[in-house]
Amino acid sequence: MNAVEIQELKKTFDGENYVLKGLNLQIEKGNIACIIGFSGTGKSVLLKHLLGLYKPSSGVISILGKNIADLQDSEMSSFRCNFGVLFQDAALFDDMSTLENVMFPINEYRKDLSYKERKELASAKLDQVGLGKEHFNKLPSQVSGGMRKRVGLARAIALDPDIILYDEPTTGLDPIMTEMVDDLILSTHRSRTGITSIVITHDLHAAFRLGDEIAMLDKGKVLLKGTAEDFFNTDIDLVKRFVEKGVKKT
Amino acid sequence: MKVEKNLQDNFIFQSLTHIGSYFLFTKQSMQWLFRSPYRWPEFFKHMEFIGNKSVFIICLTGFFTGMVLSFQIYLGFSLINAENLVGPTVGLGIFRELGPVLTGLIVSARAGGAMAARLGTMRVTEQIDALDVMGISPLQYLVSPRVFAATICMPLLTAIFDAVAMLGSYLLGVHFLGLDEALFIDKVNNMIDPSHINEGLFKAACFGFIFGTVCTYQGYNAKGGARGVGDATNAGVVISMVSIIVMDFFLTKLIRIYLGWTSL
Ligand SMILES: Nc1ncnc2c1ncn2[C@@H]1O[C@H](COP(=O)(O)OP(=O)(O)OP(=O)(O)O)[C@@H](O)[C@H]1O
Ligand SMILES: [Mg+2]
Repeated sequence: MNAVEIQELKKTFDGENYVLKGLNLQIEKGNIACIIGFSGTGKSVLLKHLLGLYKPSSGVISILGKNIADLQDSEMSSFRCNFGVLFQDAALFDDMSTLENVMFPINEYRKDLSYKERKELASAKLDQVGLGKEHFNKLPSQVSGGMRKRVGLARAIALDPDIILYDEPTTGLDPIMTEMVDDLILSTHRSRTGITSIVITHDLHAAFRLGDEIAMLDKGKVLLKGTAEDFFNTDIDLVKRFVEKGVKKT
Repeated sequence: MKVEKNLQDNFIFQSLTHIGSYFLFTKQSMQWLFRSPYRWPEFFKHMEFIGNKSVFIICLTGFFTGMVLSFQIYLGFSLINAENLVGPTVGLGIFRELGPVLTGLIVSARAGGAMAARLGTMRVTEQIDALDVMGISPLQYLVSPRVFAATICMPLLTAIFDAVAMLGSYLLGVHFLGLDEALFIDKVNNMIDPSHINEGLFKAACFGFIFGTVCTYQGYNAKGGARGVGDATNAGVVISMVSIIVMDFFLTKLIRIYLGWTSL
């Protein structure tokens, strides 16, 4: 079964310029899918369509077999509980400490747990992403960009969701942290069967290492979709250049 | 396509769209107010911010408004030897008009502006999207408690304003202008009815609702970075203030003519 199925997705914000121009993409359930592409090709916009935050100008998006355009608002809210999302800029609540940020979804949905258990669960998630105890009570504005990203990651996986979307999880992290976050994505993915992870990234190494399937976007369409092999053996000039540059860089 | 585009750029079309979506937004946030889970902690947090933190500035402005109004009215009334009526005249003016309107203007500038800026920042830094994605309605979590808190706090603050303004009027009149203390109190007691105060408190609640919904609407729909937040705050405060003054007229008319609540 496909976790995500997108047909002929088009999106324009101003009625003239199309950001997405008839995009087709299938992502199989249980896979890690990496989406790569130049800056400004609409990767984040695509992600927001998957979450139902943007409405398509035309085209169909089905997630776990449901056409999300058919969902009522209230259904949409409960449907979104299946998602965990790391936004590009982490989108942490800036009036809550890092620990409270991770506790927030747990407080909402795990009312069966006591306060202490919820707090422990949140600390465990922060431990997992390698955030030291001394940062638990700081506000997001008081920690570094990389730490914010890791807190966002902890929050995204706090409720063990079925579909996890990462918008550039490792941009802005040092190489060691990058590898750690990539490992974390892998281990989270493998912790249960049936999790689908969608990773938007600029890091080709990560894409080739993590991705069961990789899709490259360009100018609002999918340029190439396949495995790492396909990307090395392609004839498409643009993909070749992207791969060469990306692999040489590091 | 071309025609459609021109239509969308049209000022009237845009204004109508905004008004429509404002009412939709208001309706939805009211519906969310009555759906569980109820956001009591949020509500009390905003009560504290809108209410408690405005008390000082309300007392300060109330006190001086009461004094200056008494002084001006005293100057006029002394020409016709009606100094004894200074108390009730100031009282009627404060309770029915100046109390609710000035409180509305001050609180909307203070708390309304902060609300618009806060929601605007949350919008442009994707925090509202993050709430949405967690399956938590931002209208329920962010908007309804603020609007409700503003609606409840405004009459309370207005009551404080009224009381402090009368105190100012009393002190100035009795201790500096030499009005007779017993007469001052007696006239106020005789000529002012609780319905006059209630009229003002009712208006205050309406003003709270207006600036609460207008400012949260502006913030919630902010676009485009820090500048968008600034624009939203600006629009929120300006529209709230103008609406409060305009609505004041219609509310007065409504209360006095159609509902017949108050005598005099
Ligand atoms: N809300 C919006 N209104 C208008 N245009 C938008 C909006 N959001 C995105 N765009 C436009 O859509 C295009 C794609 O943006 P997007 O953020 O998806 O890029 P991206 O692929 O994520 O880039 P990056 O790798 O730098 O994050 C950009 O040209 C941007 O200007
Ligand atoms: Mg992006």
